[in-house]
Amino acid sequence: MQALTNRAKEVDRRQMTFLESIYLWNIFKGMIVTFKHLFKKRPTIQYPEQQRTFSPVFRGLHVLNRDEEGRERCTACGLCAVACPAEAITMEAAERLPGEENLYREEKYAARYEINMLRCIFCGLCEEACPKDAIYLSETFAPANYNRRGFVYGKQDLLIPNPKTEAPELAKAKGIH
Amino acid sequence: MTLFAIDWLLFIEKLSLIIIIIFASLGIALYMTYGERKIAAALQDRPGPNRAGPFGLFQPFADGLKLIMKEEIIPNHSNKALFILGPALAMTAALMTCAVVPWGDKVVLFGRTIALQIADINVGILYVFGVVSLGVYGIMIGGWASNNKFSLLAALRGASQAISYELAMGLSLIALLMLTGTLQLGEIVKQQQAPGHLWNIAYQPLGFLIFLVTAFAECNRTPFDLPEAENELNMGFHQEYSSMKLGFYLFSEYINMFISSVIMATLFFGGYDVPFLDESTLTPNIAAIVGIVALLIKVVCFIFFFMWVRWTIPRFRYDQLMNLGWKKLIPLALANMLITGAVILWLHK
Repeated sequence: MQALTNRAKEVDRRQMTFLESIYLWNIFKGMIVTFKHLFKKRPTIQYPEQQRTFSPVFRGLHVLNRDEEGRERCTACGLCAVACPAEAITMEAAERLPGEENLYREEKYAARYEINMLRCIFCGLCEEACPKDAIYLSETFAPANYNRRGFVYGKQDLLIPNPKTEAPELAKAKGIH
Repeated sequence: MTLFAIDWLLFIEKLSLIIIIIFASLGIALYMTYGERKIAAALQDRPGPNRAGPFGLFQPFADGLKLIMKEEIIPNHSNKALFILGPALAMTAALMTCAVVPWGDKVVLFGRTIALQIADINVGILYVFGVVSLGVYGIMIGGWASNNKFSLLAALRGASQAISYELAMGLSLIALLMLTGTLQLGEIVKQQQAPGHLWNIAYQPLGFLIFLVTAFAECNRTPFDLPEAENELNMGFHQEYSSMKLGFYLFSEYINMFISSVIMATLFFGGYDVPFLDESTLTPNIAAIVGIVALLIKVVCFIFFFMWVRWTIPRFRYDQLMNLGWKKLIPLALANMLITGAVILWLHK
């Protein structure tokens, strides 16, 4: 039969000789191989202390953005929820009342904004759909939780710290120390 | 101090020696589990357990605690007395072998010379063989009493394997015994210690090789761990066992490995003899300590070898195991015996 590649080796089906059949030489060869591994560099990353850095295009947990004055950018237009192929996003819109101009950037805002991290497939389509630069995917992933409810992230989990009032927390979240 | 015709000081001396040796064996077996995991990890480019204490040194205690805290389950349809007897017997048989091993030369304490050997009986090797074969009963009884077909199969395999390999083991030792002329382990070490006499490995390389292979089989270590073949028999003979009963089985295996390393070191590698050192120039106590350390170093090398082999070779198939035992090792051992006998006759020793 014509071999597809030149890597194929024919199987040696000869009877083993007595010396071969007590396996000692082959075992010895194998043990040399394993012994060499004693001195190899270990690729292990000691996880909680040492962490692998994610690539800059990593799509992790979502954050809801604020503008420079600390106002929420989201206007609850619902484009992200429409774009979401996993239907992970739900929101409820509300109208900004007088006196809340320092909280919300425009007249309409999201009173409730929830992402179900168990449904989310981290595709980043919400980020692309958003016309207001309000939602971004960060470089972390959802930590483990004991119940399903804990994976539904509300506004308080998603919003970034206010750059005006919580500047140190924001710096910490961005990884600037 | 003789009362009821018993030398009570000797009694106390032997009793404390027994206690020390048993606890030392248990401690060594405890840390062998740690060593096993560390060596396995190193051979597979992993760091191994490193969370419990510095370098993971408390890992064996954490494992032990875990085993103790587990629920003790005795299956309803098992034979309860035998079910408990199994692990007990395995453990007892494993520990009993320590009795005849010479751990070192004599020490002088409180004006008494104490031999570092519990009993230097003149049938030392036969005693070891007898007790080692008792260990098979632990596996057999445990597997039978579980009332589980996998356990029973594993127990049958274990028993047939042990019987097959004990033959080759005995035959390989006969050649050695023809050289030494004695079964007394203390005497065998003394002969190897004598100036101008090499260790027995130099006279019996083939015998040692056969003994080594059969020792692997007797300890149920990979590549001969058929009684514990996880992928065919779930877990093997201790499938129904939980908690400390399971712990006893696992532990007795490590003790067996320790003891067989000691026996190999004693029979073939000069026991507590330090090469190129004349022990008689040292004071007896220092010579004894040096001897114990030398023996332990040899044992650690053997244990490393056991683990190294385990993480190198896959398990033998059952027919390969039987072929190797009956068709390869026994003829080799017989040939070794004949050659040794012929050479002894020829040299008129």
